[in-house]
Amino acid sequence: MSLRDSTFGELKVPLTWMATVAVVIASIVALALLMNDRRGDISAGAYNVTREVGDKVAAPVGGVLSTPLRWIGDGVDAVRGYFFAVSENRRLKAELAEMRQWRDLAAALRDTNERYKSLLGLQTDPPIPMVAARVVLDARGPFSQARLANAGKEKGVQPGHPVMSETGLVGRVVGVTEGASRILMLTDPASRMPVMIDRTNARAILTGDAGPNPRLEYLRGQDPVKEGDRVVTSGDGGMLPRGLPVGVAVKGLDGKWRVALASDAAPIDYVRILLFQDFQQLVNMQELNKMAPPPMVGGPATAPAAGQTGAAAAASAAPATVTLRQAPAAPTASAPAPPSPAPPSPAPPRPAATVQPRVETPAAAQPTPAPTPAPATPPATSPSPPEAGAAQ
Amino acid sequence: MTPSGARPLDPGSWIGLPMLWALGGTILLAVPLRVFGLQLPEPVIPLALVFAWAVIRPSVLAPFAVLLMGLFLDVFWGSPLGLWALSMLVAYGATLSARNFMVGQSGAVLWGWYGAMCALTLGAGTVFTLMQIDAAPAFRPLAWQWFWTVLLYPLAHRLIDRFEDADVRFR
Repeated sequence: MSLRDSTFGELKVPLTWMATVAVVIASIVALALLMNDRRGDISAGAYNVTREVGDKVAAPVGGVLSTPLRWIGDGVDAVRGYFFAVSENRRLKAELAEMRQWRDLAAALRDTNERYKSLLGLQTDPPIPMVAARVVLDARGPFSQARLANAGKEKGVQPGHPVMSETGLVGRVVGVTEGASRILMLTDPASRMPVMIDRTNARAILTGDAGPNPRLEYLRGQDPVKEGDRVVTSGDGGMLPRGLPVGVAVKGLDGKWRVALASDAAPIDYVRILLFQDFQQLVNMQELNKMAPPPMVGGPATAPAAGQTGAAAAASAAPATVTLRQAPAAPTASAPAPPSPAPPSPAPPRPAATVQPRVETPAAAQPTPAPTPAPATPPATSPSPPEAGAAQ
Repeated sequence: MTPSGARPLDPGSWIGLPMLWALGGTILLAVPLRVFGLQLPEPVIPLALVFAWAVIRPSVLAPFAVLLMGLFLDVFWGSPLGLWALSMLVAYGATLSARNFMVGQSGAVLWGWYGAMCALTLGAGTVFTLMQIDAAPAFRPLAWQWFWTVLLYPLAHRLIDRFEDADVRFR
């Protein structure tokens, strides 16, 4: 006789208790998973296997589902284009006339810019390779704004790569698997993006809140931004290239500065993933952080003569390291003072218009063999590495 | 009442099948379709099941089904793993504890309870998000998702209508 057929089968207390216990156990499991989750973290291991498998399965499913719906959307757009062709034509003509003026101006500025770069010996950023991908799934909720694109590890996509639509920055890659990448949108509550106001160079952090217009936070300076100012990526932290278009500044109803995203101008169905390698990914950080040993003084082969200064001794003992160091003031004592590592020479002041926050290699700061006189102050040869977590 | 009146519910029919339907609907609505500048809404379809399961009767399987659905939403939508699972379990537990007030009520009253349960879920999600990343989503997207989810009550009502009398011990 089963329990249900016995007299105990009438009792509903045990089942209620069991259900309560089940709720508690399930909640503990969910809480443990939530506490272990590292959202927005692009470091290795943060994107766990469960998510990778989920994205791997979801990407082809989303691709199949989105294809007929995309056809429908294209059809609706075609009908709309047919009915609004005249007004669209008028608008495009006006835009073309304006763009012609900008084209001439851009050509002149490009020429001037190239000459300045040549004169200053600036090494510009190399061209960034891109991967085109199609968005197959889309999350638009209040707790997550992410998209799944159908390009993954096999195309060289890595976590941290910036993602652009045809009109502006969309977000960055936070997870990659074979055949799929998870893109964290700029509007996601976990998204933090270093940006700057193009007109004033004022820095800010673009902070998502699941709304259509993310906030500009940590703005500094007096009147750093005006309505309609163009907002671009600052490149601070080295995670993103500088100058990617983000949008324009608008004043929100809550009085805070927000950004009307440039990527909202068109549907985000196809995206470009920039395979951007930042400074930290290119250099060997262990090698860079390795401290040079202090110069040896008093050795039999390099013993300084009486009266020789400590700096001179250091220079003779370790000629390879003094190129990066500044000679200290000559000591007054006749005895050789123990040499201490001198601080690196300060970088010369640079004009604001030519600031390059990201230096690919130390060779970037070396002057070109142009027939111009060498500067009085040497250029900085040991740029400080950018901060790692600024964009996280 | 005789013991024979207590007919067991088939877990496949009141938990398994509706769960598949809800997850299928979620996948369908995640397609990036934009027509005339408007996107598809993103209601939390599983919340209709969470409410219905708690109202129909207490169950040992249902909380784990809620956990599974929540984890699916987290993986599929890219939210922190466990966020939706925990939020929905909070709502399930609250609905289960208030079940005695709900059973036998009219559809309109139950719709009101359902709206409160949806608000509790989104509120819990907001608190967990705030604790995890020290930032909360704006009110408007929360209200928007609540609105679309509340509109799904007829799905929950249909499930309740079909299965609430199946186990007479909990009528």
